[in-house]
Amino acid sequence: MTDRTPAETEHAEHAGHHEVGHIVSVKFLFATCAALLVLTMLTVAAAQVDFTKYGLPEMNIVVALAIAVVKASLVCLFFMHLFWDRPINAYIIIVALAFVGIFIAFAMTDTFEYRADQQQYERVELKGGDSKDVQTKLLELQTP
Amino acid sequence: MSIYGDSTKASSGTNYLTHTRGFLSWALTLDHKRIGVMYLVSVLTAFFFAGMAAMALRLELIAPGEWFLSQDNYNQMFTVHGALMVFLVLIPAVPAAMGNFVLPIMLGAKDVAFPRLNLFSYWLWVTGALFFVLALLTGGLDTGWTFYTPYSIEGDDHMSGAMGGVIPALTGAFVLGFSSIFTGLNFIVTIHRLRPPGMTWFRMPLFLWAIYATAIIQVMATPILGITLALLIVERAFGIGIFNPALGGDPVLYQHFFWFYSHPAVYIMILPGMGIISELISVHSHKHIFGYRFIAFSSVAIAIFGFLVWGHHMFTSGQSPLMNIMFSAITFSVSIPSAIKVFNWLATLYKGSISLNTPMLYALSFLFIFTIGGLTGLHLGTLATDIHLHDTYFVVAHFHYVMMGSAMIAMFGGLHHWWPKITGRMYNETLGRIACGLVFFGFNATFFTQFILGSKGMPRRYADYSAELMGAENFEIFHFWHFWSTIGSFVMALGFFLMLGYLVHSMFKGRQAPDNPWGGGSLEWQCSSPPPHDNFSEPPTVGDCYDYSMLEWDEKIQGYHRREEAATSGE
Repeated sequence: MTDRTPAETEHAEHAGHHEVGHIVSVKFLFATCAALLVLTMLTVAAAQVDFTKYGLPEMNIVVALAIAVVKASLVCLFFMHLFWDRPINAYIIIVALAFVGIFIAFAMTDTFEYRADQQQYERVELKGGDSKDVQTKLLELQTP
Repeated sequence: MSIYGDSTKASSGTNYLTHTRGFLSWALTLDHKRIGVMYLVSVLTAFFFAGMAAMALRLELIAPGEWFLSQDNYNQMFTVHGALMVFLVLIPAVPAAMGNFVLPIMLGAKDVAFPRLNLFSYWLWVTGALFFVLALLTGGLDTGWTFYTPYSIEGDDHMSGAMGGVIPALTGAFVLGFSSIFTGLNFIVTIHRLRPPGMTWFRMPLFLWAIYATAIIQVMATPILGITLALLIVERAFGIGIFNPALGGDPVLYQHFFWFYSHPAVYIMILPGMGIISELISVHSHKHIFGYRFIAFSSVAIAIFGFLVWGHHMFTSGQSPLMNIMFSAITFSVSIPSAIKVFNWLATLYKGSISLNTPMLYALSFLFIFTIGGLTGLHLGTLATDIHLHDTYFVVAHFHYVMMGSAMIAMFGGLHHWWPKITGRMYNETLGRIACGLVFFGFNATFFTQFILGSKGMPRRYADYSAELMGAENFEIFHFWHFWSTIGSFVMALGFFLMLGYLVHSMFKGRQAPDNPWGGGSLEWQCSSPPPHDNFSEPPTVGDCYDYSMLEWDEKIQGYHRREEAATSGE
């Protein structure tokens, strides 16, 4: 495996042009870290608020997820250097996240859709005395 | 004078085949061409075994009753056939075998961006193949290539008994997934970074656009397969409830996971084939490709749409009606970019100067077969008709029209098209045409009959269709069509063995191939046959790869050459 491929020879010729990646100052990194810690505290604080009083029972999870998105963005942008990279890298991560979102959303929609049937089935199976009884109940469930 | 200087005169010196010698010079090579050839030989070997499994299935079905295979053997045999064809043949056939050989030369590069990763991906393929052999030795598996739960989590003794092969097979598919990811990654980086001056995105041959779109799918979808198989291994080995309802899991979720990879994987198989067809149709019609940008963007569109239709494999598996309706609607949208391609190919043929060479015959076969394969997809994408047709031979016929009749036929078209470039030898054209005819008619006899079988209600994956099982009236119909389907498969096999014969013969006795036997305009036809070790001695000059006006037939070399004045004025 001693031979060098033409592409490698070409790379070696350009070795002098190698750039060191973008360098971020330690101060900036600590500032990002501090921002993340503050946001974590904010998450904890927001979890204490009882939004049901204001008629918004699901607000807790919305707030928590919104803060989490901001934090993840800070990590991607500054710790992972996406802010200084070429836009293509940002597009790639956004597209990848979008596909993960699509997959989870579609699969979850589906799971929720038949969750009720599944639970009913489990209830019947748990409560059903003799097997004949269970069979009749299952038939009832299957007929709309 | 050649515009590529000395590289075209390499026939007097060494080429990539004679550059170095010995087993290790191949096994540890970093040359994309040699890796491509190794992939080609390996993939065709796997194709032989998978094909033999298919022949065994067809032989069993020629007559009712258990006469050749037991029912268990039948189940194992269709699993082996499917798993080998999908993971070892179809997915790597065009990108890894043809793509590796052709992509850098077509692009005008000296190699792929990461030659060592390329070699690693080949040896991962070999490792994956060995795991499949291990799966057969440890008791085999009868889950079908999809490894559906609960089949794949049944059986208590995990490493022995009838289902002992499940974990080795899952591991094999997992490893092969990584091989595929590395190939895709390598091609994306190569196309982005190693284009020579002048090779803009819209000057790239359409095969490269297709390979690029494929590579995106390989990189984005294959990790999902890895996760799915890893979860299944964990569930089977440690009894953790993920997909098994008895342990609180959800078997439909498995199908979501599996098809989120495996539907895009269908496009990993067919897209590069479509890329080959774009080249073949244009070169052998000696006419500029019609609608270049439409074909290029339709490849990308197929790659994107391909991610959003996985649920059409699950219409009858308990998926919610809401999702069924959504997936059915999106499924129809995939037919738009596919149709764009077909119409553009037809428009390219129109008023072209068509040479009915063997590669062109394969391309025309592809057009015919793919159109049928695509249109029968509409029957299955429609919810109401799918209720009747799902899990019947109609589905089997549909995906064989797309996978075997389109993807593999395109691959063989590409193989014949680039054979002179790969080996430096010409095969016997007459035998090539006869073999193509046998494959084409054999294929249609095998699988068109299965559309009829399916619409009459013959279920897939049944080892038997005797009168007691199916009723006397159905038996008559099923027996008639099964018989002719098996006869067709033997005709097709005859075509493939004939192909093997004349291709091997050509390597030793074939006429020396000219640099440009078909009159192709892309860069691979401008270096020697076979190409020198480093493809181009200087960066090639890039023009319109579908402009054939500068090429003319040279009786002396039995190939095409560039007109002198054109070559000089081009510089």
